[in-house]
Amino acid sequence: MSTDASTAAESAAEEADLAALRARVDDLEAQLAEVDADAGDGQRSMTIIATKGSLDMAYPPLILASTAAAFGWDVVVFHTFWGLDVLHEEKSENLQLSAVGNPSMPMPNALAALPGMDRLATRMMQKKIDENGTASIQELIDVSLESGVDLQACQMTMELMDYDDADMIDGVTTQVGAATALEHMADADVQLLV
Amino acid sequence: MATEYDVTTTLDVKGQSCPMPVVKTRQGVDDLAPGEVLEVLATDSGSVSDIAGWANSTDDVELLDQTEGADVYTHYVRKVE
Repeated sequence: MSTDASTAAESAAEEADLAALRARVDDLEAQLAEVDADAGDGQRSMTIIATKGSLDMAYPPLILASTAAAFGWDVVVFHTFWGLDVLHEEKSENLQLSAVGNPSMPMPNALAALPGMDRLATRMMQKKIDENGTASIQELIDVSLESGVDLQACQMTMELMDYDDADMIDGVTTQVGAATALEHMADADVQLLV
Repeated sequence: MATEYDVTTTLDVKGQSCPMPVVKTRQGVDDLAPGEVLEVLATDSGSVSDIAGWANSTDDVELLDQTEGADVYTHYVRKVE
């Protein structure tokens, strides 16, 4: 009799354990499904902060952005400070190369600082770009916008530089700030500061 | 070099360099229906690695072949579902 009672108590305890375990498994499965839903669409994204406006430094963000868009990634390029010039309708067609402080230049800094040297360096680079079949900055901007890249212009620096929306290339996103950039960076698989 | 692929469209990016061969190939594939094949003619020697890498990590394309002729690299890309 006492043996029967203890067996019954044991099997009841086992069943309670099993029920608790099942509930725990259900709970974990639900959590896993949530994680999968958050991460599972395989959609990659990249956010680049572009801060430079010289002819050489305008290239890397636009090359990576247009290529990532070809990969089907969501791409945001947030342009701030001199990077804004790349999106400025007039200035972007006239980006310059700096001869001074550029260790790749085949001339010493004392020479590079002479008047007209930046223009000369820019002309040399432009000639190489044309000869090499390298895309122009305008072509890269066009192809980026066509393929859905979001080219953004930082509002604060636009005001600092006295640019307004009409100065910027059509299709550029304006009225955005650091919080917008951070929001995209937090969600992005790749974040770069150029 | 003769090809066994039924080419739907040919894209000529000869003379253009990185990133244009990949970017233009993407645009060319966008204009295809599933099953159709794009032939890409390029002179950029980096296009062999670039188009292979792009095709490898892009869901709706399949790289059928890459051939190297005299100064021209030919890529065959099929659009899949």
